[in-house]
Amino acid sequence: MTEERDVMEYDVVIVGAGPAGLATAIKLKQLSPDTSVCVLEKASMVGAHSVAGAAIEPGPLDELFPDWRDNPPPVCVDVSKDEFFFMTAKRSIKFPLNPPQMNNHGNYIVSLGAMCAWLGEKAEALEVEIYPGFAAVEALFDDQGAVMGVRVGDMGIDKDGKQKSGYTPGIDIHAKLTILSEGCRGSLSKQLIKHFELDSACDPQTYGIGFKELWQLPQGRVTPGLVQHMFGWPLDNMTYGGASVYHLDNDRVSIVFVVGLDYQDPNLMPFECFQQFKHHPMFEGFFEGGEIVSAGARAINEGGFQSMPKLEMPGAIMVGDAAGMLNMPKLKGIHTAMNSGILAATHYAENKSGEGYHQAFLASSTAKELHAVRNVRPGFRHGMLMGLINAGFETVTGGRTPWTLANHADHSELQKLASYVPPNREYVERTLAPRDRLASQYLAATEHDEDQPVHLKVADTTICSTQCLEEYNNPCTRFCPVGVYEMVEDEEQGGLRLQINASNCVHCKTCDIKDPYQIITWVPPEGGSGPNYQNL
Amino acid sequence: MKILVPVKRVVDYNVRIQVKSDNSGVNLDGVKMSVNPFDEIAVEEALRIKERGEAEEVIAVTIGDSAAQEQLRTVLAMGCDRAILVEAPSDLEPLAVAKTLKALVEKEDAQLVIAGKQAIDDDSGQVAQMLAALLSCAQATFASKIELAGDSAKVTREVDAGLETIEVDLPAVVSADLRLNEPRYVKLPDIMKAKRKPIDTLSLAELGVDGTNQLTVSNWSAPSAREPGIKVEDVAGLVGKLKEKGLL
Repeated sequence: MTEERDVMEYDVVIVGAGPAGLATAIKLKQLSPDTSVCVLEKASMVGAHSVAGAAIEPGPLDELFPDWRDNPPPVCVDVSKDEFFFMTAKRSIKFPLNPPQMNNHGNYIVSLGAMCAWLGEKAEALEVEIYPGFAAVEALFDDQGAVMGVRVGDMGIDKDGKQKSGYTPGIDIHAKLTILSEGCRGSLSKQLIKHFELDSACDPQTYGIGFKELWQLPQGRVTPGLVQHMFGWPLDNMTYGGASVYHLDNDRVSIVFVVGLDYQDPNLMPFECFQQFKHHPMFEGFFEGGEIVSAGARAINEGGFQSMPKLEMPGAIMVGDAAGMLNMPKLKGIHTAMNSGILAATHYAENKSGEGYHQAFLASSTAKELHAVRNVRPGFRHGMLMGLINAGFETVTGGRTPWTLANHADHSELQKLASYVPPNREYVERTLAPRDRLASQYLAATEHDEDQPVHLKVADTTICSTQCLEEYNNPCTRFCPVGVYEMVEDEEQGGLRLQINASNCVHCKTCDIKDPYQIITWVPPEGGSGPNYQNL
Repeated sequence: MKILVPVKRVVDYNVRIQVKSDNSGVNLDGVKMSVNPFDEIAVEEALRIKERGEAEEVIAVTIGDSAAQEQLRTVLAMGCDRAILVEAPSDLEPLAVAKTLKALVEKEDAQLVIAGKQAIDDDSGQVAQMLAALLSCAQATFASKIELAGDSAKVTREVDAGLETIEVDLPAVVSADLRLNEPRYVKLPDIMKAKRKPIDTLSLAELGVDGTNQLTVSNWSAPSAREPGIKVEDVAGLVGKLKEKGLL
């Protein structure tokens, strides 16, 4: 069925109003005010799907708005002190010295969501057209096979794929350059990386699943500006990850927990690890009586330099975490994402094309920064101790080692039930909110119209009830942070069948990444759906 | 014929409301704001009437601070012809809102006002009735169907016993209930066009309305949390618990 779709034309269309996309848009308008720029954002408002710690390096903000400190984003606290701990189930051991990358002096603790909303206003003041509530669902190609824009998703399709009374076809947006800034594991970026084989010369990407809760605590418990990083319990030696606690102003604290998605234990539940962490004796009495303002989860790229695909293709480029620009030892990717956007804007303003952007990026200070730390994350493949020794060595040598350690695809790292011996995790009985994943999902204020097609496409559900059940005990039912996947009794055929509670989804993309058979594909639901994070 | 539709900027219905720790109000920091859903239904109905050729112009009005322009842009994108922002404190009471709307109805010579039956933030549900009284005109509240015929309107109302159909003479005030219609999706090109549609800004003084509140809010508090449930082992345990609570 073909139908007439409205077409809108721009010089540049940017997919995703996160830090990378907005930095690109702002810089483009600053350099070249006549360039027409459209930004599509699947969240109902700018920042509503953004989650990050986050202590940020202010470099790119200084570049975009030299006087930004006079009118800072709504949540913005100077980092006053860093602390670094190794945790066992009972104890926390504070490091006398912090790793140099963890020195946050001069950095700011922000809410990425609030900062994106703030950046969005600044972009609109520069006449960038931002459209929240509209998801780009597919790339459009011209006769030569180059990307010529994107198609916006249709609205008003029922769960069986039929048009409802209010059906509104999505429009086509044509642009001279399409910039993908979807963040980690973007659905369009994934399609285009595959289509143009942009990852043929790089390592597989490796990811983590990050959780965040923003707490409002009783007076006097928070030390504004304090940043605490922890690793160790409740994660075992072979599971990469850790936590960060950011003390904000007004008795607020944000707590972040990341689990590397290259974990091996098929029965691991990352959400449980996060909730366990809050019950460490170190936090005794800290959270009690407090209230969670908002909670969310999002996958992050950890692969770094060697997992970065080629950033350009005919008609389009990628910026930020769509390509994966996290500096792992710093635990920061916002400044690199924004820098890549600023670079992309500068490149387009000079060349009126994306051609040559990849080379320009490789020559940039951001690429050098990522190259210097490239061996830190893969060093943890053989356990925490080896990882720390390697990280120390890489730090001392400044990344000048002649080798590059390889990353491996996360979905292939999961071990089968029959061969995996789980460690003693020393879990404790939990008392703090949220009780379970559904209680947490409620704090994400997620909304999806139930009468729309399921946006988590499982290619073959018979694998779920047969092979996967036997080999891995359906890990999707555990790695999903909000319980989208459930195995329920199959009343017709007996046994178990997969039930997808798609309306719970917080768009974290973990299922698309970690599913061991790679049969789950995340596609954007109706625009405006998904979580409504508040100051995450 | 002109239709006037009042719309209110409210906390989005998906947001979990949190009371500020000093009990002085609701926390609006970083919270998503939307058009009151019942007002969106009212806008949709007004647009459908216009699209049937039974009205010439649909005017949206909001009363609040300048941030409420965002909601006016949304309804302009849905299809309203123009919008009016009356600058006022956003906690204006229903009577002052009704007086403001009365002044606007007279200024614009609107024959029909379609309002949401209530706003989902304060749930007052009083403005439509007060406005009709102030205008000394007909009212048809909780409408689930509106049919216009010349100088009158046949309105089906959602009442406790079922549906009630009444006929009112125009001008009239109608309040929209949930089942009146399903609002349309806003199209991306229409959002762009809405940016160019006019928004007039007026003050309460220009309309001759005294915005002083008559009521003082002394305290805000969240409903008390429900005690967690317990699981009993067996029937005897259940009976025991019920007896313990004095329920048996």
